[in-house]
Amino acid sequence: MTDSKSVKLAFDCVGGDFERAGEASSKIKKMLQRLGIPADIVRRIAIGTYEAEMNVIIHAGGGNVAAEVFPDATVITVTDHGPGIPDINKALQEGWSTAPDYVRQMGFGAGMGLPNMVKCSDKFDIQSKVGEGTCITMQFKHQSEDL
Amino acid sequence: MCMDLYNVQKLLQAKVLTGSELMHRQIESCCGSDMMSDVLAFTKRNTLLCTGLTNMQVVRTADMTELSALVFVRGKVPDADIVAAAAENNLPVLATDYTLFEACGILYGAGIRGCSKKE
Repeated sequence: MTDSKSVKLAFDCVGGDFERAGEASSKIKKMLQRLGIPADIVRRIAIGTYEAEMNVIIHAGGGNVAAEVFPDATVITVTDHGPGIPDINKALQEGWSTAPDYVRQMGFGAGMGLPNMVKCSDKFDIQSKVGEGTCITMQFKHQSEDL
Repeated sequence: MCMDLYNVQKLLQAKVLTGSELMHRQIESCCGSDMMSDVLAFTKRNTLLCTGLTNMQVVRTADMTELSALVFVRGKVPDADIVAAAAENNLPVLATDYTLFEACGILYGAGIRGCSKKE
């Protein structure tokens, strides 16, 4: 992130609103496409953002999804004031999930969300405190490298 | 191997719910799943998704992962708002009476492969 100029976009997400879940990620994706970010990078950002947005809607009762686009990288920050994650290492394991059955019936809750965010992003950070909430930061470089 | 959606429609005896003008689109691989978490984690771009799940998250997942088209299996027809959202995203949607296993088997038999690293 060599330039201080950036474009920002942020959305509040309502917990449990599965009809609109993904709208924030979709709008961020469209903005990145308009800005001319390479398609394979846009795809990785969209998937990582959507996973984080779904987590906020499923687990945290809502939160905020923000994108900041720099000339050489995009930073996605997803924050919530939900229950927090007691054991982050466990949550980062593939297949580990606390999602309720109704979420699994919607096609989510396979325990792939956090591992997929790690996989998609170039730099991943998670801060979480039980009873206070969770903040995820993902950085994506704009150099082309498909998954 | 690539295949256009006209061929997919023919093989699966499918109805086109939206995107009839995009049927020339080529699919490069196929995924069969009701689990969107797995679709997000394991598909490649230009993949066809066969699924029995008919909620809005299927269209969102398709948008994020840049799927080429959706096939709803075992005679399931999604609500009109789901089809409208797909149309808005230029995402063709087909519907077949075949089950998920059968639809995937037919496409595999015709040469379409999956998204795993082995394929």
